[in-house]
Amino acid sequence: MPRPTNPFASSASPSSSTPPLPVKNEKGSSRRQSASKANKITQFFSTSPKSKNQDSSASATFALLAAAQQQALVSPSPQISSASLSLPTISLSTATADNSTMDTPPTTLFQPPSPAEARRIAKQHAQFGPLGHQSHRYVSKCVDDNFPEPVMDEPPYYYLLTTYISYLILIIFGHVRDFFGKRFREENYRHLKARNGYAPLNSDFDNFYVRRLKMRINDCFSRPVTGVPGRYITLIDRRSDDHNLHFQLTGTTTETLNMSSYNYLGFAQSEGPCADAVEEVVRKYGMSTCSPRGDVGTTDLHVEVEELIARFVGKPSAMVFSMGFSTNATAFPALMGKGCLIISDELNHASIRFGARLSGAMIEMFKHNDMNDLERLLREVISQGQPRTHRPWRKILVVVEGLYSMEGTMCNLPGILALKKKYKFSLFVDEAHSIGALGPNGRGVCNYFGVDPAEVDILMGTLTKSFGANGGYIAGDKAVIDKLRVTNAGTVYAESPTPPVLMQISTALRIITGEVAPGQGEERLQRLAFNSRYLRLGLKRLGFIVYGHDDSPIIPLLLYNPAKMPAFSHEMLRRKISVVVVGYPATPLVSSRARFCVSAAHTKDDLDRLLVACDEIGSVLQLKFSSGVAGGAEPLSSNDGGRNGANIAPRPPRWSLSDVLKTGVQDVKSPLR
Amino acid sequence: MDIHDAHVYLLRFLNELSTQFQRVPGSAIFLRYVKASYQNDPVRSAVELFLLLFFVRYLLAPKYSTQKQNYVQLSDEEIDELVDDWTPEPLVAPQTAFEEAENEKHPVIVGPTGPKSKLANGRTVMNLASYNFYNFLANEMLKEKAIQTLRTYGVGPCGPPGFYGTQDVHVKTEADIAAFLGAPACIIYAQAFSTISSVIPAFSKRGDIIIADKAVNYAIRKGIQISRSAVRWYEHNDIEDLERVLIKTTKEQARKPLTRRFIVTEGIFENVGDIVDLPKIVRDKFTIELKLRYKFRLILDETWSFGVLGRSGRGVTEQQNVDAAEVDFLVGSLAGPLCAGGGFCAGSDEIVEHQRISASAYTYSAALPAMLATTASETLGMLQSNPDILTQLRENTKAMRAQLDPRSDWVVCASAVENPIMLLVLKPEVVASRGLSAEEHDRLLQDVVDETLANGVLITRTKRMPQPLHAGPKEIGWQLQPALKVCITTGLSRKEIEKAGITIRHAITRIMTRKR
Ligand SMILES: Cc1ncc(COP(=O)(O)O)c(C=O)c1O
Repeated sequence: MPRPTNPFASSASPSSSTPPLPVKNEKGSSRRQSASKANKITQFFSTSPKSKNQDSSASATFALLAAAQQQALVSPSPQISSASLSLPTISLSTATADNSTMDTPPTTLFQPPSPAEARRIAKQHAQFGPLGHQSHRYVSKCVDDNFPEPVMDEPPYYYLLTTYISYLILIIFGHVRDFFGKRFREENYRHLKARNGYAPLNSDFDNFYVRRLKMRINDCFSRPVTGVPGRYITLIDRRSDDHNLHFQLTGTTTETLNMSSYNYLGFAQSEGPCADAVEEVVRKYGMSTCSPRGDVGTTDLHVEVEELIARFVGKPSAMVFSMGFSTNATAFPALMGKGCLIISDELNHASIRFGARLSGAMIEMFKHNDMNDLERLLREVISQGQPRTHRPWRKILVVVEGLYSMEGTMCNLPGILALKKKYKFSLFVDEAHSIGALGPNGRGVCNYFGVDPAEVDILMGTLTKSFGANGGYIAGDKAVIDKLRVTNAGTVYAESPTPPVLMQISTALRIITGEVAPGQGEERLQRLAFNSRYLRLGLKRLGFIVYGHDDSPIIPLLLYNPAKMPAFSHEMLRRKISVVVVGYPATPLVSSRARFCVSAAHTKDDLDRLLVACDEIGSVLQLKFSSGVAGGAEPLSSNDGGRNGANIAPRPPRWSLSDVLKTGVQDVKSPLR
Repeated sequence: MDIHDAHVYLLRFLNELSTQFQRVPGSAIFLRYVKASYQNDPVRSAVELFLLLFFVRYLLAPKYSTQKQNYVQLSDEEIDELVDDWTPEPLVAPQTAFEEAENEKHPVIVGPTGPKSKLANGRTVMNLASYNFYNFLANEMLKEKAIQTLRTYGVGPCGPPGFYGTQDVHVKTEADIAAFLGAPACIIYAQAFSTISSVIPAFSKRGDIIIADKAVNYAIRKGIQISRSAVRWYEHNDIEDLERVLIKTTKEQARKPLTRRFIVTEGIFENVGDIVDLPKIVRDKFTIELKLRYKFRLILDETWSFGVLGRSGRGVTEQQNVDAAEVDFLVGSLAGPLCAGGGFCAGSDEIVEHQRISASAYTYSAALPAMLATTASETLGMLQSNPDILTQLRENTKAMRAQLDPRSDWVVCASAVENPIMLLVLKPEVVASRGLSAEEHDRLLQDVVDETLANGVLITRTKRMPQPLHAGPKEIGWQLQPALKVCITTGLSRKEIEKAGITIRHAITRIMTRKR
């Protein structure tokens, strides 16, 4: 069989076959002859011509997909069908190992896997899906010199109006229920009233939102889960007999497609190099160090991980903490104080606000990602100086996030750096979501924009997300980090990160950089980038309003009406897909949304399954109301040339599902329209 | 003539005005209203007119905000110039020589942490600095359990508890802790240090009142600060002073609307090492019943006493025979003696459920790794089933104390007898006679730590609480007395502990008597 040319030398091509590799840390990864149905579909897609008018083939794919979707609805994990068992697994092998397969006699005879083997592979694929086709990769990188602002689409006024009316009705209903409840069901309100001389813990007013609005959709939040939050996540089923006040477990579980965990690079796995290394370290080190960093909580593992992180993010020095939230909460008081000014993006995370407030510095906010507003603010604060005294500020720290977890937008780093040159402020970038998830090497926003990390003073990030571990880090110049090591409350008091967590971090980092299992890290990065763009493009073309930048793995799909939040979540759950829905107060009142977090563990088939589900639900719930200004337009015909060729008024994109699926793979490779 | 002209003009103008006015819809009603009210009550009309004028003036007045009261209008060129002139301070101040030395000498353990640990310089030393009191770290059964968890859950839960981060193991650990304490419910956080800093502001808001012990730890202080509540301090562990403050506060608040009120204190005080007198605060029928009488809720930080005090490690409540349910908020750590990670808050259902949506470090942070949660459950079980290890720990603590407290000429043990973290402070007369400044004090203790380590025993010292940058002297407040910190473990035999005690005592003497 001819080997297809493989641009990623180390990764498995679908047709290569390898006997199980006896390589350490690569517990039983094996690849077999593959001729799966799913694979055929993807090949079919990638070779099908771009023309839209091939109705017959389109409907054929649609039928196939519908069948797959049907199957997905029936069996919790569609990948466990025997056909897909023979898909190539993720390439855990090294480049050399791959080459060696050329001489080893391949197991050409098809052997059906033993049931135990089948279960093992099924489990493995439930955590990390196999790459369907080599074309399902993309390099996450800013291609435009001029970083484009994401276009915020707006729904027709009808939807805004009904959203406001919905809230009005909810609030009126809530008050009516309260009015009668307080009279006839007094015991339910007792905790909101003063009781034997104690003021209520919860004020009646503050609690109104929780009691009357959130309670209605409580079953969409805090769903208990079990097992690995990988490609699939197993929900523990529950049910409520008292309108979400209490839940009873039904004793069953449901395996769902996981579009909700921050598992960007798919390192949430209970097997593979990371888990093996963690197991070893638990045996050797035990579970903890039982001491804060400042005392004797520093082991060789900490030193090693700090060096790895510093090298990874491109800073001279770094330090790790056992929690991302408290990394921020303790960093700001150690950096800023009286007479200092913190300028913060209005959508910054709670941990940043927490830390900024603790520092005692003044805090100003600028409009989300708005460089003009930031410049206006900078001119004002620098020229005015401190309030009342007009003394100049000691220092100014601008704080932004690399990737905003509710919006899917990236910070405009080039824009901020241009301002930094002129206004001489220090810059703090919280890379909680962007580290690992953005950039050709996964090294965060600097990597994505091709900016020298030295230009950013402090790079902070969390290890909870892309690395599947826990904790946070701060990276900066050696002088800064050394000072923080002795003055930061997090090192003096907080427990130090535990050995298993550190090992997970260091192994994940080594995989990303290619030191361990070469090729695998690259595959993860590129699959994440592809998946993110593929899903985003698909949703735009179907006619949904999505926020954020094209390469962002966080894709918020706007729902607007509050009642659509639970409806969307339930419909998705019925199709065995778990999604996060968020509304006020985490978002502005009108823009309730569902949020998809794409992972490298997802396969294209998973995303197709999601698109099918979105298409159905979107039609029923009337969610397809994009106006076309934010993309999803028809592709330009080749002689149109250039992205700017189209000056015609945008037409609302309402592609048919089959067209979306047919052309998606090629179209994500060019700038999204 | 002129006057006449003016008169005519005026009349014409008024005429015009009144016709115009009558054309305005509703003017007749307005006129009737004015007439009627004028007849009945001229004063009222005057007041209304005045109000109207005031209203107009208010509308026309330039807008100003309190913040920008003395905003200076500047031209663009002036702003550019000011921007050019501005030179910020460096992001951090340069390290002091002492800080540099601290960073350099910072011990790094190679391999596992245990009663005997290997340091980066290759030496193996007795480790009396980790909170590994029961040496659970070396327990093979715990490791096996953790690995089992790893093989089903992976490491991180990859999401906050609200968004699919709540795993069944977390629910189980919460239930285990609640059952262990005899509390109705419990919530676990991903980090012990952040727990109390989030619990306090989740309940205590602006306008509420917190009464706190002067010596409470840093995390509590930060929690109080972020809550923006009014805070009153009472003298450390002084119940009479607490009552004085309670009475005073209650009096002050008598006329005001009822607000939430909290007493915040610690079980074992991190900074001082002594133990709170809980019955006096919550329950003592014969003395004062402070909390109940004055209607305060009690937030008790048991970070340092949970797993340590009481027959089976339930903490102060067990040691002092107080029902845990009488403590409204019981906060503790799973990261210290339990050798796992994370913190918890136990309390009523209402209290726990409220935290799930409004405690920032819970809501906005990823959940605890499953491995750490199951380890905590396991170690709790071990404490319950084998309370002998607590007795053994106390024996070892006593043995160490015997080597130090009465015997040393220089230090006394400030911590309670049951506290396995022994805080050794210089005797007051030593401090006074030498006139030690804060930094000299720290350096002296650091020298003792170094000397002890040179003799094969690893101990540490308490660090000063980080101060707000650029703070005035007013904001510094209570200061802890620097101390040597010696953490006892059952992983060492009594003999070894005694030997270590002698080493520490001799090191102290050597440093204190050396020629300066
Ligand atoms: C921007 C940002 N910073 C910090 C954090 C906190 O990180 P962790 O979950 O590790 O506590 C998050 C997580 O949600 C985040 O989004």
